[in-house]
Amino acid sequence: MVKVNVKFSVMFKEATRTTATTVDVSGKTVKDLIDALIKQFGPQFSERLLDAKTGEVRRFINIFVNGKDIRNLQGFNTKLEEGAEVRLIPAVAGGKEFFGLTQDQIVRYSRQIILREVGGKGQKKLMRSSVLVLGAGGLGSPASLYLTAAGIGKIGIIDSDRVDLSNLQRQILHTKDDIDRPKIESAKEKLLKINPEVKVTTYNERLTAENALDVVGDWDFVLDGSDNFPTKFLINDACVLKKVPLSHGGVLRFVGMTTTILPGKGPCYRCLTPEAPPPGMIPTCEEAGVLGAVPGVIGTIQATEAIKYLLGSGELLVGRVLFFDALEMRFEEFELKRSPNCPACGKRPLIKDLSQVDYGHVCEVRF
Amino acid sequence: MAKYKVNRKIDIRGEVCPYTFVKSKIAMEDLKSGQILEVIVDHAPATENVPRSLGNEGHKVLEVVKIGEHEWRILIQKA
Repeated sequence: MVKVNVKFSVMFKEATRTTATTVDVSGKTVKDLIDALIKQFGPQFSERLLDAKTGEVRRFINIFVNGKDIRNLQGFNTKLEEGAEVRLIPAVAGGKEFFGLTQDQIVRYSRQIILREVGGKGQKKLMRSSVLVLGAGGLGSPASLYLTAAGIGKIGIIDSDRVDLSNLQRQILHTKDDIDRPKIESAKEKLLKINPEVKVTTYNERLTAENALDVVGDWDFVLDGSDNFPTKFLINDACVLKKVPLSHGGVLRFVGMTTTILPGKGPCYRCLTPEAPPPGMIPTCEEAGVLGAVPGVIGTIQATEAIKYLLGSGELLVGRVLFFDALEMRFEEFELKRSPNCPACGKRPLIKDLSQVDYGHVCEVRF
Repeated sequence: MAKYKVNRKIDIRGEVCPYTFVKSKIAMEDLKSGQILEVIVDHAPATENVPRSLGNEGHKVLEVVKIGEHEWRILIQKA
């Protein structure tokens, strides 16, 4: 008697109700295992596995023992050791690609590949794309989770904070066990657990006028999940200078807002707010509070915008600011025009390099 | 006598819904308008779902033919 671990392709799932099981095999060969499986899972399973005419295992089903095709071993007489890993998969899978996608990718992303706006082509586009998420907090958590789940090829996270107990009310990437860990470390671990195919790059640092252009330069899209005005202006200016599309998001108490910035094509954050309010005038979440689900809504909209931009589908929030009021439970939309006098993206932009701006205080442009 | 000239054939016996549609859709993507995809399936519901879903995407279902006890051939022309 040996115990072997069996994994099934989705084609068996209706019959087995599982994709993996451990089976006790009284004999010691693949043939004995197949008999045991048929006994365990019944006629629905054997119909899928065996050819109705011959009673043999259907020819397009591949059986792998410890990663080796049994055709290259001793076929159905292949011996099974204790703890052997056996996989039953149809020939089209077999780890081979189907028009550029693996069997696992087709299954994992099937619900969005089905969408007309995505398809296999769109999925491959997403898998070649990169998004930088600024902050692994209230906005960055849902945003990075959805981007990862959608199969964005490369995700960057920049954050210099450590997880604090007070974060857990809204920053759904982190758990109690992560308290005092660097947020980027906790974030990377969670994202890779959801989707190990995604490459996660982390920056355990603050975004500064010195590093901002280098940090944003390599990404297809930047998602601002920062929690303070200086950083919001800094990322706007850096994205405008580097012509990297940006999703702006902000939340406070029960309200949130978001807009999408395509540098050179639509208005930027400084067209909406040329300069930051003086410190103390608008409270931070720390002072005024925020309902955790509010950044959940806004961060999720930001991730949706990033995915739409990468796919080239739908209408982006360009030239529109979306306001969300959770207490009234209302969305409102305002038109935003490109300002010819905008210091970042206007006709004669004043900001030509980030050292001209005092981001430490009020994001003023000095000359 | 073949009525149609098939440009691409995929044998996705063993696949169940919705993967029968997902794979047919992926295989269809880089065909040119007017070209024909042949799909072989052995999952009975796919004989309705695949033509319906590809039809909804605007493609033309040319025929669904039973070719074995549990096997069907679906021919679709790309829109």
